[in-house]
Parts: sequence; structure tokens; C-alpha cells
Amino acid sequence: MKIFVCVKQIPDPNTVESKLDPATKRLVRTGVSLVLDPGDETTIAAAIKLRDSLGNSELTAISMGPASAQEALRRALAMGVDRAILISDPALAGSDVLGTARTLAAALKRESPDLIFCSTESTDGYTGMVPGAIAELLGLPQLTFAREITVEGSKAVIKRVTQTGYEVVESPLPAVVTIASGSFEAIYPTMKGIMSARKKPFSQLSLSDLGLEPSQVGEAGAREQILSIGKAEARAAGQIIKDEGNAAEIIADFLQRHQLL
Amino acid sequence: MAKTIWVLVEIEDGRPARSSLEVLSKAAHLGRAEAIVLGSAAATVAPSLGEFGAEKVYVHADPTYDTYLTLPAVDTISDLLQRQQPDLLLFPTTYDVRDIAARLSARHNLGLITDATDLRYEGERLEVTVPWGGENVVVATHPYQGTGIVLTRPKAFSVERFEGRQAEIEQLSVTLRPESQQMKILDRVEVQSEGPALEDASIIVSGGRGLGKAENYHLVEELAAVLGGAPGATRAIVDAGWLPYSYQIGQTGKTVKPTLYIACGISGAIQHLAGMKGSKYIIAINKDEHAPIFSVADLGIVGDVLTILPQLTEEVKRRKAQL
Ligand SMILES: Cc1cc2nc3c(=O)[nH]c(=O)nc-3n(C[C@H](O)[C@H](O)[C@H](O)COP(=O)(O)OP(=O)(O)OC[C@H]3O[C@@H](n4cnc5c(N)ncnc54)[C@H](O)[C@@H]3O)c2cc1C
Ligand SMILES: Cc1cc2nc3c(=O)[nH]c(=O)nc-3n(C[C@H](O)[C@H](O)[C@H](O)COP(=O)(O)OP(=O)(O)OC[C@H]3O[C@@H](n4cnc5c(N)ncnc54)[C@H](O)[C@@H]3O)c2cc1C
Repeated sequence: MKIFVCVKQIPDPNTVESKLDPATKRLVRTGVSLVLDPGDETTIAAAIKLRDSLGNSELTAISMGPASAQEALRRALAMGVDRAILISDPALAGSDVLGTARTLAAALKRESPDLIFCSTESTDGYTGMVPGAIAELLGLPQLTFAREITVEGSKAVIKRVTQTGYEVVESPLPAVVTIASGSFEAIYPTMKGIMSARKKPFSQLSLSDLGLEPSQVGEAGAREQILSIGKAEARAAGQIIKDEGNAAEIIADFLQRHQLL
Repeated sequence: MAKTIWVLVEIEDGRPARSSLEVLSKAAHLGRAEAIVLGSAAATVAPSLGEFGAEKVYVHADPTYDTYLTLPAVDTISDLLQRQQPDLLLFPTTYDVRDIAARLSARHNLGLITDATDLRYEGERLEVTVPWGGENVVVATHPYQGTGIVLTRPKAFSVERFEGRQAEIEQLSVTLRPESQQMKILDRVEVQSEGPALEDASIIVSGGRGLGKAENYHLVEELAAVLGGAPGATRAIVDAGWLPYSYQIGQTGKTVKPTLYIACGISGAIQHLAGMKGSKYIIAINKDEHAPIFSVADLGIVGDVLTILPQLTEEVKRRKAQL
């Protein structure tokens, strides 16, 4: 089986508060540390687990992003992915959901995938719209919010998280599957993994390789535009009290004063 | 010219979902609100939607929509889009609606704006407010003429009554394609929880990693029980497997707006605040006096949750017995 996982490089959510550049209205990516999206790490773990259980399958990671995004792909390779594809082109800067999905779908189409993994949503943009848009552009069904996946013959079955439990959903392949964050144990690259990653196939594609026009993607093709960036209203902080053994009484007084008991 | 705004109304237990009605009310203020209701309960639900602001309701009461995901709904709305050009699809953010919106956007090249908390028309231009990170708000638009899609953040709007409004009902006659029905729901499993649902609870007691281990979560449940509230959680402890996803509050979990929110051993990360800072009163218990949660708390207690929670549960019981 030909399995693909879409991954994204983002500003490290643990060390930087993401900022928007007021002039370009884009996410600031320079001078900040960039990482493979932690959600995508979980998704890669899910894809590796499935590949290993199926046997005779190849797992490819694919990313759209600036040159730096190859670092994220290297990490995916070190985790155990077999092959990587980076789509990079200056014309892609400022892509919205549609531009991103169009680019990824064009690259995926050339590969005739059996299964495409994405995360439910990215950690930085978190629109959660790219996977569904890819599925539509490729004319495939989409299985979303999976916390488990199995493949039998030409069918995939997932456990899909719902508000109150889960549902078991089946779909023919090929299909797009999104993984709910936290549902698989992340895989940490070993030294051996990092060494062998250097020898794995890594290809880079430009827009013209995909037969796309600059007007269809990037800022030129964007169907969403930021007009302005402003400051949010802060909620005023209240009283802060150190517990001297009477915290329960102080809280109970507060509850009673506001008729919450 | 009044704008025409479509709202996809989801059905829960045979009734219109609250999140859909919130969005419908907002649509009715922005322009001419039209609802789309699909599935076996659609015909019974449709007549009530006028009261919530709909001037027209498109109905297709086919049970296929109940048992198959995404594609039949996409096909139906798509068909309708080809016949009419509304100005806006204003949809609530739920996991099912999100899937439908993504496909509609790709099929018809419609711009998408997600996570909106407010929107208005400035002349012809739509301006959408999207909170971003902890301290920013951006204003976004669709930079073209024609239909656009906006997905709204849960609880951004309140449900209103439009007394006496009667919606015109149009039955859709779409033939569903068999190739859109290849996905099947084989089974549904409900994990029963006691007490009020998080979304409806007026009091929520929520726990985070500061509880130390899964076995201590009962302290949160006990306090919630004596207060008549619901227990909630941060993503950190849901991801750690202490609780199912339905407990998670925050940007990628539930948005709640209770009268009282008690945060126990929760740091107050932006993503958690996104889901609870609309609470009327917030009490936080955290042993770190610099925890960000204190910046939104009406009452902050610097102390150990493991000792304070059992004392508080007892104190509440004692006072309730006296009331
Ligand atoms: C704060 C913020 C708000 C935004 N709001 C909007 C908006 O309202 N409308 C809009 O059209 N655009 C918006 N954008 C732009 C949008 O985030 C980008 O277009 C981005 O390329 C795709 O969206 P996402 O990160 O939200 O993806 P999501 O759909 O949340 O990502 C889900 C998964 O799709 C895959 N994926 C996503 N992007 C890539 C990629 N580049 N390469 C490989 N795999 C990928 C990954 O598996 C990822 O985990 C916003 C960006 C930011 C930073
Ligand atoms: C894209 C994205 C989406 C996310 N979505 C969500 C979401 O929906 N909901 C969510 O909650 N998070 C979400 N997160 C995660 C979020 O960033 C935080 O990691 C998470 O909220 C932290 O949970 P916590 O407060 O339980 O844990 P921690 O941050 O580890 O905080 C534990 C706190 O407990 C305190 N503490 C420790 N021991 C005690 C004690 N004995 N008594 C009192 N206090 C004690 C500590 O001082 C600390 O402040 C998201 C993150 C990302 C990147």
C-alpha cells in the first residue's frame, strides 16, 4: 500500500508565543524556533503503526512550506517514515486553506495514494480544513477524528471520536483519514533513525512541477484576507490570596456572596 | 440589499442543536436567514426554525443523512448552491459541519474564515472578527464577490426568539448519489456520564495536571457533585488518558460559559483559556502564584489543590445543609 502523511512545520508552540507581522499579516517565522507540528508527530506515529501492521507498504511524508520545512521532514524520516517530498516555491507564500490543499492535492495525485493521513487540525493555523479540502479535490471519502484505524483488504475502519463516545466508521480506499491528537504515542527518533534518515529518498517539487499557476495559490490566489490586527480586551484580574489553611472558607464565602451555593 | 445567509442546522436527539440555533439567531440579525435541515427528523424540526430567525427552511428528510457522513450533505448543499447564490454560509463549528464546509469550499472555490466570534457588514464588505493567540484579534474578509464561508466559535452568540416569525418551507428533491454513500457508520458507542452536560452546566469544576495523577480526579468530581455542577478537564490530562475527550475544555475541546468555573491545578494556557474565559466568575487554585490562570480569575488561591479540594467539598456540604 502507498501511504502518505501530510505534515507541517510550525513555530515551536512551547517556546514562542506566535506573532503576526502587522505589515505582511503573516505568521512570523524568522528568528523563531521551528518544529514539526506536535499533532503531526502523533499522526506520523499512527501511520507508521499501520504501515508496520500491513507489511509491504511504503510511507511518504509530504509538506508544503519554505526551505526550512525540510527539517520537519527529516524528523519524520528519523521517526521511521520511508520517503519525503517537500513542495517549496516562493509563489506559495501566503497560501490560505484552498491554496494549501490545492498544492498538496496536486502532488498527491501524481502518486496514486491508497491512504492519506493528516492531523485533525494544525497547532498554528488550526482551521482543520485542509484535510477535507484535499479529499474533495481528489474525489476521495474522508474519515475524520480517528483514534484508531485498521485496514482490511480495500476498506479502512476507524474509531471516530464523538462528543459522548465514539462511532465505528468504514470507508473504501483510497481515503483521507485525520487523526485526533493524543491518540497515539509519539515516536522519538533514535540515533540510528537519525543516521538512516540521511540516506532515505527526499525530493523537492516546485509549482511548475505540479502544473499549477502562481495565480491559483499563495497570496495571489487567497480567498481569505486579513484586514487588520488588533489587541484583545483583557479580562481584569481579581483578588489573589495565599492559602493559610482557610482557603475553603474564603472560596465558600465567595460562592455564598454570589449566590452560587 | 439584505444579504442572504444560509445556516446548516444540525439535529440532536430530534431537536435543533443549540450551536446551530445560536448561529441562526446571528444570521437573522445580519440579513435574511435561511436554514438547511437534513435527516429523518428534518421535517419535524423545520417548522420551529422561524421562531429562531429563519425566513426560509430547506428540508430533506432522508434518513441517509443520519447514517452516512459528510458526502450526501455536501452534494445536497452543493446542488442548492448551484441554483441560488447566497452571500454567506454561516456554519457552527462542530466536527461534522467542519468536514462538510471544507468540501464545499474546495468544490466551489469558496473562501473560508474559521473560528469567528463576530461578524458584520460594512457596506458590501463582510468583516469577521477572529481572536488569535492570547492577545490579538484579527479582522478578516473574503476578498472577492460571491458566496463565502464563515465558521463560528461555539457559544459566540446567544439563542434568540423571533416571536411569531413563520418560515417558508421548501422541500428539496435531490437524488442522493450511491457513490457518496460508501462510508458507513457500523456502530455507535456512548460513554455514559452522570450529572449535567458540560455545555449546559452553570457550574463547572475543572482539573488539570496539578492534580498529580488520575486517581486524584475524584476530588474534582466530588466538588462538582456537591455544587450540582459538571466536571471538566484540560487537554493535558485528556491526552494523558485520565479522561475521555468529552471532558476537554478549550480551543480544541468544548467552549463553556458557565456562571462559575473553578480551575484546579490548571496553568491557564491560552488554548485552555479560549474555552472558558467567557465564564461569569472564575476561581483558580494553583500552587504557583505566577500561573497565567490567575490573570483571568476573580478569586485566585495560591495553594495545594490536593488539600484544598477535600476541605472545600466539606465546607460546601456544611453550608448547604444550613441554607
Ligand atoms: C492564526 C491563523 C489563522 C488562519 N485562518 C485562516 C482562515 O480563516 N482561512 C484560511 O483560508 N486560512 C487561514 N489561515 C491560513 C492557513 O492556516 C494556512 O493556509 C495553512 O497553510 C493551512 O491551514 P491550517 O494550518 O489551518 O491547516 P489545518 O487544516 O488545521 O491542518 C490540518 C492538517 O493538514 C495538514 N497540513 C496543513 N497544512 C499543511 C502543509 N502546509 N503541508 C503539509 N500538510 C499540511 C497537516 O496534516 C495538518 O496537521 C490562518 C493562519 C493562521 C496562522
Ligand atoms: C493547538 C493546541 C490546542 C490545544 N487545545 C487545548 C484545549 O482545548 N484545552 C486545553 O486545556 N489545552 C489545550 N492545549 C494544551 C495547552 O497548551 C496546555 O498544554 C494545557 O492546557 C495544560 O494543561 P494543565 O494546565 O492541566 O497542565 P500544566 O500546564 O502542566 O499545568 C499544571 C498546573 O498545576 C499547578 N500545580 C501543580 N501541582 C499543584 C498542586 N498540588 N496544587 C495546585 N496546583 C498545582 C502547576 O503550578 C501548573 O500551573 C492545546 C495546545 C495546542 C498547541
